[in-house]
Amino acid sequence: MKFKCDRCDNPATFHLTDISDDGEAVVKHLCADCAADEGIHVKADVPISQLLEEFILSTTSADPSKTVACDVCGTTFGEFQEEGRLGCPHDYDAFAEPLTPLLQDAHEGATEHVGKVPHRAGGDQQKATSILRLRAELKRVIASEDYERAAVLRDQIHELEEL
Amino acid sequence: MKLADLTQQASEWLRASGPSHEVVISSRVRLARNLAGMPFLSKCTPSQQTELEQRLRQHVVASDVMGNGFYVDLTAAKPLDRQMLVERHLISRHLANAKYPRGVAISADETVAIMVNEEDHLRMQVLRSGLQLDQAIEQINRIDDALEQRLDWAFHGRFGYLTACPTNVGTGLRISVMLHLPALKLTGELDKVFHAARDMHLALRGLYGEGTKAAGDFFQLSNQTTLGKTEQQIVEEFTQQALPGYIQYEMQARDALANGPERTGLDDKIYRAIALLRSARMMNSDEMMYLLSLVRLGVNLGRITDIPLQTVNELFLLTQPAHLQRFLQREMNARQRAEARAELIQKRLSDH
Repeated sequence: MKFKCDRCDNPATFHLTDISDDGEAVVKHLCADCAADEGIHVKADVPISQLLEEFILSTTSADPSKTVACDVCGTTFGEFQEEGRLGCPHDYDAFAEPLTPLLQDAHEGATEHVGKVPHRAGGDQQKATSILRLRAELKRVIASEDYERAAVLRDQIHELEEL
Repeated sequence: MKLADLTQQASEWLRASGPSHEVVISSRVRLARNLAGMPFLSKCTPSQQTELEQRLRQHVVASDVMGNGFYVDLTAAKPLDRQMLVERHLISRHLANAKYPRGVAISADETVAIMVNEEDHLRMQVLRSGLQLDQAIEQINRIDDALEQRLDWAFHGRFGYLTACPTNVGTGLRISVMLHLPALKLTGELDKVFHAARDMHLALRGLYGEGTKAAGDFFQLSNQTTLGKTEQQIVEEFTQQALPGYIQYEMQARDALANGPERTGLDDKIYRAIALLRSARMMNSDEMMYLLSLVRLGVNLGRITDIPLQTVNELFLLTQPAHLQRFLQREMNARQRAEARAELIQKRLSDH
């Protein structure tokens, strides 16, 4: 999902929610030039990570994506917006849609990796998510003091990791 | 090799050698990596944090990527030692101050530091003197390859290497150089430099990274984009398109100051700085950074000929609070440090 500027065809790098005079939320996507035209300026000496943090904090409560939760670690997108850190690798799938404009802002419009690939990548992603799920379940059963189930889960985790 | 040996040697990044070392003090590259099948650190239970630290420590040490180096268990390390490692740019403030199991593997020459349980499970860096980004990226890539033989990284077909903060995702690569920009400061042109950095999607920060002030005209310039470009592209854009402009701009400003109508004003500043450093009996950190920065400029411009650049560089490090206390082997308050600092500076400067 790539946004184009509302005013011209350039890729949008500014994504903002404005409140109109009659109290309606208006979502705008603008490129840097059109944003400047509209009087929106970004402080030049602020590191992008800080801008991103401010941006994360400013995408406010009206945002329905806030309640989207990762089905593995339970982190919600709202929590991520507050803390600025994701909970587990699977969050990148769980939040793929709401993360997109953030990634574009942080990475000159890019949303896809083109660099180095580990030699052992490939089919391992599914395995990694399975292990993550087992670890999340392990955390829950330990909290509820179900140690028998915990032992079974530990064995399963070790088995998968040894593969 | 152990931690205590570090205070006896100058950090690699202070050697005052390497290309463009008049402006570029040091080059650093770092990769962020996380283990597949583990939550990111903020969501780890205490036992998972311990498991991570033990597992990563074991593999980092066994892989021999830090050569004839050593591993520091930061949970057990004294606060002063942790601060010393921060001053030497071997660990981040974040890692120094964290409350959970964590550590760092350091090579004997301090060019390699691998932080365990930082914001990401592993943060590895290569640090070199002067402008040596190409060599640094090659070295960090080999280290990553070696660790990858033993560990499965969290990697996504679309997003690349997955990191706790989406600002690092993709390559996980941050490259940075430490710049000395005294002439641009004196000519009031730093604003332009900051604007240029923003326009090129780069960050310009103070000496010790995010949120710190630019002490003594030293700045860190780093890339912000980690996704959508290859590692090679990121390094090339940085070293070929962005950095030469900064070096040239600073050198032009130096030339204009040293040979233009402001010449006497500049010389006055430089000679006053060296006189103060040689005579003062108390010296706080900020004043010293300001004066040493002028002296460094004076050495580079050939105004000061009896002090080697390396001595100036070393003084920046040896007079930092933790180094001062470790070197003199006692804890000191700010006033005592100011005295000890002035004394150390005098001694080092009169050795030449």
